[in-house]
Amino acid sequence: MSYRAGNEQSLASPAAAATGADVRAAVLSLATVRDGLARERFPLLQPAAGRPPRHYLDTAATSQKPASVLAALDDFYRHRNANVHRSLDSLAASATAAYEECRRRVAAWVNAPAVAGVVITRGATSALNLVARGLEHLLAPGDEILLTEMEHHANLVPWQMLARRRGLSLRFLPITDAGELDLAQLPHLLGARTRVVSLVHTSNVLGTINPVAEIVAAARRFGAMTVVDAAQAAGHQALDLQALGADALVFSAHKTYGPLGLGFLVARPDWLAQLEPLEGGGEMIASVDWQQATWAEVPHRFEAGTPNIAAAAAFPAALDLLAEIGQDTIRRHEQAITALALDRLQALGGITVYGPPAADRRGGLVAFADAVVHPHDLSTILDQAGVSVRAGHHCAQPLHRRLGVPATTRASFGLYTNADDIDALIAGIREARKVFDR
Amino acid sequence: MTGPLDTLYREVVLEHHRHPRGNRPLTDPDIEASGQNPSCGDDVVLQMRFEGDRIAAVGVLTHGCAISTSSGSMMAELIEGRTVSEAAALAERFREVMQGKTFPAEVDLGDLSVLEGVKQFPVRIKCALLPWLTLLDAILARRQGRPPQPLDTEGLPAGGSPMQVDLKERS
Repeated sequence: MSYRAGNEQSLASPAAAATGADVRAAVLSLATVRDGLARERFPLLQPAAGRPPRHYLDTAATSQKPASVLAALDDFYRHRNANVHRSLDSLAASATAAYEECRRRVAAWVNAPAVAGVVITRGATSALNLVARGLEHLLAPGDEILLTEMEHHANLVPWQMLARRRGLSLRFLPITDAGELDLAQLPHLLGARTRVVSLVHTSNVLGTINPVAEIVAAARRFGAMTVVDAAQAAGHQALDLQALGADALVFSAHKTYGPLGLGFLVARPDWLAQLEPLEGGGEMIASVDWQQATWAEVPHRFEAGTPNIAAAAAFPAALDLLAEIGQDTIRRHEQAITALALDRLQALGGITVYGPPAADRRGGLVAFADAVVHPHDLSTILDQAGVSVRAGHHCAQPLHRRLGVPATTRASFGLYTNADDIDALIAGIREARKVFDR
Repeated sequence: MTGPLDTLYREVVLEHHRHPRGNRPLTDPDIEASGQNPSCGDDVVLQMRFEGDRIAAVGVLTHGCAISTSSGSMMAELIEGRTVSEAAALAERFREVMQGKTFPAEVDLGDLSVLEGVKQFPVRIKCALLPWLTLLDAILARRQGRPPQPLDTEGLPAGGSPMQVDLKERS
């Protein structure tokens, strides 16, 4: 099938069209919005006997997996299963080749400066912990870490732990009431004591796509190291580490149509070399005697123990799918879906949407609150209608406090999301209101 | 509306949600305890004033979903005027029900019996139990002569609580 919509011109910026009916008409005329992209390749999204159709609107928590990824996992365990970097037989060589191929593919995919700059981790969270712990010996009491008010706990708590151990202070770039970073505050927060700036690329609550390159450039002028949490950007937008200019980038495979239990820290190899390894053990050493050990080369020194080789072997299948469709096509599709969702939610009335009002400033997710129905109740009622959303604080409690709301409902989208999914969401909200209004 | 949602959102549940009982702060509480469900942001503040061993007044201030709000409202209705031991026993019965037992016929649990529908929604059991676990912790704190600790349902098995053993030993 082709992923080129018949009506490509109007796709350019659906959110820039006026509002209301105009947006709806423009967006719904797109074949991709009607069908989703490559939806037929995702087994869990297919109707099956004994299972009602599922409208999966929780891709920000984890994406569904295409059949090609499932087949690659199966193929690895059937034909290539062995440990990496150890045994000398051909089976182990095949497993090692598959594992290292993942590293090469990821390096190319995010435009890493070198293949050796890709550390394979359990996920984005463990990658951020690796950075925060690894930098500990370089930081001194009174040093400052600058984060933002829209961080996921994964890019907050590891820094809090580091700050407590080393006597550092954490500072936060505030958000505006429109849900964007308040860049006017940046000059007041950056200073000679700022050693690290770590920020989210795309917010998992507000959806905001941050001006990462601009903030990184400002941080660099003060000599600060820069880390980008791209967990919600990977797979949804093109990522280019060198264009962003940051020292390090993290993301997880499972939010990127790949297997669970796999993520990446990507940086320059010489930048990685200054980090202390977080875990010791097998695979990460050069030589060991009773009293001490020396580390293997970067990146292997950060990969103690047996990694998730099968997941690494299967992840390139997800990257193949992204390449086949095209990252720009995916971005345009998710932007159109987001514009449709924003429009339909606003049309319901009584809904507060958090984050930027225009889809072109957001990634593919919308967190909102209904005036009547609490997110838990809404989530339960939506689930009965086959709609998966997330209700709660989405691992961003301080942000919710800042927004003045204990919990929100989040609908998040992927390349496979289609207009039916949005219809089901809206119908479910109407149903919930009926339950509560009777 | 048909199916399991009917049993979850019974009219009496929604009525308690719309008009929660005991939903005002007490002026002179003898004890104040708080509980929260960190995975979803629900929180409850429970206040009690005692006359001897009797619960003379109850305030239950819930910020949360219909299930936690109505459960707290039913709790306020049920425990006001009872002895502390009776309230603890009620809380234990309700927890057992949420853990899978059926409502005991010999105990009048009032409106609370409609919350049995929550059992069909295991992820919502924590919502129904939040005010009751907060009550149990407050009672335990009173018996131990310590201030109540903020209760956090994270990590508790659905329907379970580490306080259970202590209460049984003391009652």
